Amino acid sequence: MSTLLDIQGLHMQIDGAPILRGVSLALQPGRVLGLVGESGAGKTMVSRVVLGIEPGNARVTAGRVEFEGRDITHLDEHRRRHLLGREIALVPQNPMTALNPVERIEPQISDVLRLHLGLSRGDCRARALELLRAVHLREPERVLRQYPHELSGGMRQRILIAIAFACKPKLIIADEPTTALDVTVQRQILRLLKDLQKSSGTAVLFITHDLGVVSKICDDVCVIYGGRILESAGVADLFERPQHAYTQALMAATPRYDRPGGTLRPIPAALQEQLMREAAEYDRRYAAQKERSLSVDGRGRE
Amino acid sequence: MSSAYLLKRLLWALPTLLGVAVVVFVLLRVVPGDPIAMMTPPGARAEDIARLRQIYGLDTSIARQFFTWLGQVARGDFGTSISLRERVISLVVGKLPATLELVLVAMPLAVALGLALALAAVYFRGRWPELVIDGFTGLSLAIPDFLWALLFVLLLGVMFPVLPISGRLDPGIDSDPRTGFYLLESIVTGRFAIARALIQHLLLPAAALALPLAAGITRILKSSLLEVMNQDYVTLVRVKGYSRARVLVRVALRNALIPALTLTGVQFTFLVGGTVLIEYIFSYPGIGNLAIGAVIQRDLPLIQGLVLTFAVIFIVTNLLVDMTYALLNPRLRQG
Amino acid sequence: MSAKLAQAVGRNPRVLFGGAVLLTIVALAALAQWLVPHDPLEQDLINTLLPPAWLGGQHGFPFGTDSLGRDILSRLIYGARVALTVAVVAAMLAGLLGSVLGLLAGYFGGWIDTLISRIVDVWMSFPAVLLSIVLAAVLGAGLYTVIVAIVVIDWTRFCRVVRSEVLIQREQDYVASAVTIGLKPGRILFGEVLPNVAPLLLTLFTLEMGIAIVVEAILSFVGLSVSSGAATWGGMIAEGRQYVNQAWWLMALPMLCVIVAVIGMNALGDGLRDVLDPVRAR
Repeated sequence: MSTLLDIQGLHMQIDGAPILRGVSLALQPGRVLGLVGESGAGKTMVSRVVLGIEPGNARVTAGRVEFEGRDITHLDEHRRRHLLGREIALVPQNPMTALNPVERIEPQISDVLRLHLGLSRGDCRARALELLRAVHLREPERVLRQYPHELSGGMRQRILIAIAFACKPKLIIADEPTTALDVTVQRQILRLLKDLQKSSGTAVLFITHDLGVVSKICDDVCVIYGGRILESAGVADLFERPQHAYTQALMAATPRYDRPGGTLRPIPAALQEQLMREAAEYDRRYAAQKERSLSVDGRGRE
Repeated sequence: MSSAYLLKRLLWALPTLLGVAVVVFVLLRVVPGDPIAMMTPPGARAEDIARLRQIYGLDTSIARQFFTWLGQVARGDFGTSISLRERVISLVVGKLPATLELVLVAMPLAVALGLALALAAVYFRGRWPELVIDGFTGLSLAIPDFLWALLFVLLLGVMFPVLPISGRLDPGIDSDPRTGFYLLESIVTGRFAIARALIQHLLLPAAALALPLAAGITRILKSSLLEVMNQDYVTLVRVKGYSRARVLVRVALRNALIPALTLTGVQFTFLVGGTVLIEYIFSYPGIGNLAIGAVIQRDLPLIQGLVLTFAVIFIVTNLLVDMTYALLNPRLRQG
Repeated sequence: MSAKLAQAVGRNPRVLFGGAVLLTIVALAALAQWLVPHDPLEQDLINTLLPPAWLGGQHGFPFGTDSLGRDILSRLIYGARVALTVAVVAAMLAGLLGSVLGLLAGYFGGWIDTLISRIVDVWMSFPAVLLSIVLAAVLGAGLYTVIVAIVVIDWTRFCRVVRSEVLIQREQDYVASAVTIGLKPGRILFGEVLPNVAPLLLTLFTLEMGIAIVVEAILSFVGLSVSSGAATWGGMIAEGRQYVNQAWWLMALPMLCVIVAVIGMNALGDGLRDVLDPVRAR
């Protein structure tokens, strides 16, 4: 079984500042991989590089991203367009801003169907209705005719999930899909995602800062901090035997249903400082290594 | 879109119109020079002058004159032009179509140019085409439209005579039109040679009129587009697999148009004011040209009639802009 | 103005460019008598319609001559004088009228504000070009007419901007403390609020000068400015237009002057606004 998404040693800078420091992770087909970290850890940036939508002043300086064995790190726009929406899809974070406010729902679902699958108008509509039912939206015919501002956050997120699954992609990147929702709605959406993932066999890269969510939906987990992957493990292993100090600290800071009554402890400052020192050390070594390779080969590896 | 909304806007327009009428009337009555004296030869007899004065109603009190005039206006009687010896209403109605055609050609020109430039500037963001376009809009906004008109005359009419620079039609052409809307009529009746000549004459004045408006549209639309391109829903559409160009035109544009229109809407009304000088420069026989002549001749009735006409056109344009805005924004439509 | 602010102003490229243009015009206007090679009114009927020196004309007439043999360069320089006079006086008067009304409307609010704002709204719905031409027709030709026309049309620009600025300033602490000390509104308005609004006024003033130059050009183009003998840029453009086929430079040169002057004023105003705005916001 070949790896679906293989990120190897990804280094990325924004305006010269290192954002991703040698990120490596592997996602197998049909599995759910959680990428956990606090804000600013770089997890969203990883997804952007995979999708090819990193900001204009960002540069990938080393490493590669392979999808089904193909190198897609520096893919040209033409080929990338065939990939996005069809084989790799995104469930965005904020349902309130991710839908086009001046378009009704139907075209926002059928546009991918028409673009990638070439379906006729009637077929698009039928499939759109099917998708809306799959995400448990009542009165799907009515929803198709509505505008985003007429729908609640939870409904909009369901629609976004429907859009992501529309062309039956092999990989879905879910970027904190439940962060912007109420707690009660979060659980429903998570369950929905899990069900859909199981029945379609899609692999999911699930980005989140919430360990609790990870335990519910992921098969494997990667913990990221300061642009570096600190720990990778199966979800059960991670929770029972967290190896890295940061993972342990993260767990201590997360409320858990199976351990009520314990005190929540924030990540200790000392740990953060140590991690930052490690990152700086990493940068130094990396820069030195590049210098050496420059002088040895006579050319850089950019 | 509710009719109550329309009605409200119309009602608002009336006092403005009235205000314009009053102001114009008062201003022109304050004229130091005596228009009658200007019209009559030096040796004229006193009775003749008095009779003329009576004919033009300039012998009663100002308030009386105003109400008489209002009454006449309500009946569509704008009096008789002092300098041209025709009824004002027929003069205005005769020349209005020419100006309307000019404005109606300039508008889509401006919109098309503004749209194209804004889209190009955003598509080529950070590269030299964007700089060129920014520079161009800066220049267009700084240089007033009558100078653009003169520039066109200089460059495209004299130095490289590509297009005609005066009048509406070449003198040799016999068109025998029925209505004042030469262009519309010639197209509808299939006389395309005449239509072509008409368009050639219209091009330079319409371009001069359109340029500042286009620059304004470009600037505002560009900043609106840039803002929209940063939005989450645009990212999602990109991720769905659409090309940058398609995203720009199909998604970003629709969302950027609405805030852009609110800001540029008012600038459409400046088109109407611009016709005055442009028509004069290109000797284009519309109401703008008529206005300049009237002012130079101190032709009170004609000036009054024209100012009122312009005010009405202004108000109508404003209304149309508001209506278009309401149409484009689905949220307003339901509200 | 603090030293740092003055430094920032001096470095901004637009301010430098606009300032250079303005200084040039001022210099030309002030030193006109000594700069001109000929009397601008002097006609030389032998040497009519001469091209500029670099296009085959004579060195005595560097920019050529018009249809009556008058030296174009001299007339352009004197035209600068007219343009500058109109620009400065009209901008100051419009600024005065608009600012005072804006200050009153913004500071006192209530019915004063409503009244003034209503007037401004109706006033601004008049087409400017038409209004200026009508006014000029009413008042007859002449420099004062032009100035009055500009003031009458554009005072609203100052009024609106000053009013919204005053509304912001009114909420500031320094106003509240001035009130509690017991200063009278007049003192507060002119002593405290006005200095804070001053940088904005400066920007508006320069932009207004650009507008005034254009309006003057338009009015003299149409023949409603100073009498035809004297040199104005707009008048020269109008004259040049009649001979545009034989002597295109007659129209092009004064047009160039107007364009450069307007662009310079706009640049100056934009540059000042860029520098003064964010600094004040701090």
